[in-house]
Amino acid sequence: MAQLSVEHLSKTYPNGVTALHPCDFAIERGEFVVLVGPSGCGKSTLLRMIAGLEDISSGQMRIEDRVVNHVEPAERDIAMVFQNYALYPHMTVYRNMAYGIRNRRVPAAEIDRKVRDAAQMLNLTEYLDRRPAQLSGGQRQRVAMGRAIVRDPALFLFDEPLSNLDAKLRNQMRIEIRALQQRLGVTSVYVTHDQIEAMTMADRIFVMNAGRIEQIGTPAEIYHRPASTFVASFMGAPPMNLLRGHGTGTGAVMLSGGLQLDLPMPTDAGRDLVLGLRPEDMRLSPDGPIRFDIQIVEELGATRLLHGQLSEQPFTVAVSKETQAGPGIARLAFAPDTASLFCGQKGHRL
Amino acid sequence: MADPVSTPRRPFRWSAILDHGVLIAGALFMLIPVYLALTTASHDKLLIQREGLQWGFGDQAGANFSAALFQSGGFTGEITGATMLMNSFILGIGFAIGKIVLSMMAAYAIVYFRLRFATLAFWVIFTTLLLPLEVRIVPSYEVIQGLGLANSYTGLIVPLLASATGTFFFRQFFLSIPEELVDAARIDGAGPVKFFIDILVPLSRTMIAAIFIIMYVYGWNQYLWPTLITTEEGLFTLVRGIRQIVQAMAEGSEIPDYGRAMALAIVAMIPPVVIVITCQSWFVKGLTESDK
Amino acid sequence: MKRARFHHRLLPVLLLVPQLTIIVIFFYWPAWNAVQSSFFLQDPFGFGSQFVGLDNYSRLFRSAEYMKVARFTLIFTLLVTGFSLGLALLLAVKADKVIRGARTYRTLLMWVYAVAPPVAGLIGVALFDQNIGAMTRLFSGLGHDFRLGVNYLDTAAAMVIVSVWIQTPVNFIFFLSGLQSIPQGVKEAALIDNPSGLRRFWEVTFPLLAPTAFFLLIINITYALFDTFGIIDTLVKNNPASNPMTLVYKVFIDGFRGNDIGGSSAQSVVLMVLVLILTVVQFRLLERRIHYT
Repeated sequence: MAQLSVEHLSKTYPNGVTALHPCDFAIERGEFVVLVGPSGCGKSTLLRMIAGLEDISSGQMRIEDRVVNHVEPAERDIAMVFQNYALYPHMTVYRNMAYGIRNRRVPAAEIDRKVRDAAQMLNLTEYLDRRPAQLSGGQRQRVAMGRAIVRDPALFLFDEPLSNLDAKLRNQMRIEIRALQQRLGVTSVYVTHDQIEAMTMADRIFVMNAGRIEQIGTPAEIYHRPASTFVASFMGAPPMNLLRGHGTGTGAVMLSGGLQLDLPMPTDAGRDLVLGLRPEDMRLSPDGPIRFDIQIVEELGATRLLHGQLSEQPFTVAVSKETQAGPGIARLAFAPDTASLFCGQKGHRL
Repeated sequence: MADPVSTPRRPFRWSAILDHGVLIAGALFMLIPVYLALTTASHDKLLIQREGLQWGFGDQAGANFSAALFQSGGFTGEITGATMLMNSFILGIGFAIGKIVLSMMAAYAIVYFRLRFATLAFWVIFTTLLLPLEVRIVPSYEVIQGLGLANSYTGLIVPLLASATGTFFFRQFFLSIPEELVDAARIDGAGPVKFFIDILVPLSRTMIAAIFIIMYVYGWNQYLWPTLITTEEGLFTLVRGIRQIVQAMAEGSEIPDYGRAMALAIVAMIPPVVIVITCQSWFVKGLTESDK
Repeated sequence: MKRARFHHRLLPVLLLVPQLTIIVIFFYWPAWNAVQSSFFLQDPFGFGSQFVGLDNYSRLFRSAEYMKVARFTLIFTLLVTGFSLGLALLLAVKADKVIRGARTYRTLLMWVYAVAPPVAGLIGVALFDQNIGAMTRLFSGLGHDFRLGVNYLDTAAAMVIVSVWIQTPVNFIFFLSGLQSIPQGVKEAALIDNPSGLRRFWEVTFPLLAPTAFFLLIINITYALFDTFGIIDTLVKNNPASNPMTLVYKVFIDGFRGNDIGGSSAQSVVLMVLVLILTVVQFRLLERRIHYT
């Protein structure tokens, strides 16, 4: 059964700005869903609408079987972890975690048990009497998690919870959050602008852009079969190469620099097309069909990025550390089924 | 082994002497008038009249201060320095508390609620920042007179509350509190009243202390309004009492009692000065926040 | 300004009512009365009043005495503002520079903030007293016979000195806090770019301090116009006679001594307009400040 489902959900502000165009989706019990997109794409608005912090302009939202459009945040059986943690600075860790359930008039003994259980789970037991200012960033993050866990909610909501941590801690917390979610089995909606977080944590990813959900899919689907040029360029690092060209009518693309590539799909003659090629799907091959002019080599340790020109368009190729390459002319080859083809005008996948 | 390196001595900075010289001169400019008031307050009026203001301490301090505090004065002879001290505390503390309560409530309404007439309320309140009481002193007096509030603590304190300074301070402070805390509180099931009591008030403690100090000093130091509104001597504050002394001196029928007058001046400045010095960092923070 | 808000209708109204009630009764009502009675001539014995249009105003601007008071107010304001800002800036720059004793200096230079203007005035009366005053003796040592309350210029000088004494601390506090909020990186960059301390101050520090200075300028003008009432009233020993006085003091004298309610109200309105102009200027400067930060 769906834990959260929405129909024709949309958000328009009083000043006429539409933050979210009507959308429909359902999230299954125990799923970890990541909303990802650039800033201003509406992902946080959607999350805040689920939380009840933002009004719903039209459409319907259900948590389990209950319509929650006009239910107060505290009554929705949700918990939220905020970007800046939103810990109450004047309360101890213990009181921060207990505040929500205390307001629900849970018996004191039960509050104590729940807080201590959560603290144990998060290695916070020895910090229960401290205030947030006396904790490190990672510890504050855990307290924010603890506050959510204590509520024992039907739905966890995360609003860019890792964006204030340094890179190393971010990687570690990413794994911790995912492990915790799997252990507790709580349905989660997680907002981020970081596509790596989205790829590594999600069961399903919602890619959003300009108030619309562009694609819903598993990380593999999003990565290998992006639904639009936006998704193709947003997901993956380095991003997918997008080459402009037009169809020849004979199952090939004529790139705007004059190079013709054969593809295993029909192409309407004269139609504007965008050909998408993942940098890591390309390989250097002395007798490959494509001429690639390498200009800069970026050393990343495990891999090496070759930046240059392909048919007079910028192009990047990722090769393994064993492959030697330097500036100059090289030849490329790729498996045709790894290519994506998009409409040149509207950007959708063909 | 390399040759031992000799660390060059830092050249003596003559400018440091200049810096300290300027600061010491400034500090003396601030201190000397009050020091002279203090020394003068320890001498007999005849000695002062004969030899001028005194730079050293004399033996009449006890007599002058007890006269300033406990000897009856004024036309009716009903007012002592101690009564005035009491009234000053009532004005200072009453004004500060009234200001904090009113302005915190108003700022809370303005910042945290969606109000139909928010802009109007905002302007109605903040226009008061423009016109100090001194500008509209005569009509204000008439209004209080008409309401029968002259010669009452209410008439003394409440009209002074009709300005937005505190509201402005609190508004600025509330706007600096992260919005996420409101969201978190709403998810934690705290309504507006609970949020105010459980979260906003505890978070504002430092700000409340700072505003209390500023307003207490402001209330304590009020002069013009108390002068107008209290004609009964039993309601005089210390600062209002200064006027009485100056008037008595101006009449010049007897030798001006500078010893007692300076003693009263010292008594009138000690409570605000002490609180400003002891709570310096709060007070400075509160004051300069308003600049933001 | 986007804010998470509570959705209640009655509560915010209840929260605002006390403040609004007090403001309406004790601010708008008197202010309105002032405007109204500035168009009437009131019988000194309180028997009715007569509509006279702009007579009170034209009487005001034709009055040589009022013009003299206005001129004094202008000069007084300029002197008090100039001296107290200049002195405070000098002290703040030095206090920001020294390392040893910084806290002590700060305390010593700010505590006078808490002294009430009339208390300062009373100390001034003693210092400038004709027979016993220390300042009077200092002046007579310099060959000048200082006569407070008798000589117009002497009284004016005493008013300026006492006002500067009491206004310098607040300026000092703001300047010091402004100096301390200049980012360390900027100070260090200036140290590398510019060897001359004085030029560093005028080319880097002072422009960054300008917003604070603008703000203080308005505060000081307001102070010199209104808050000096207690100083003036004590220094003239409640006997204005031919002594210098400021516009606010004249409102008080005419309203309560002269019983000229109409004239006093017209003066109030003139002051209100003056303050409104100052405020508009302040807002425009505040707008410009935003570009700095």
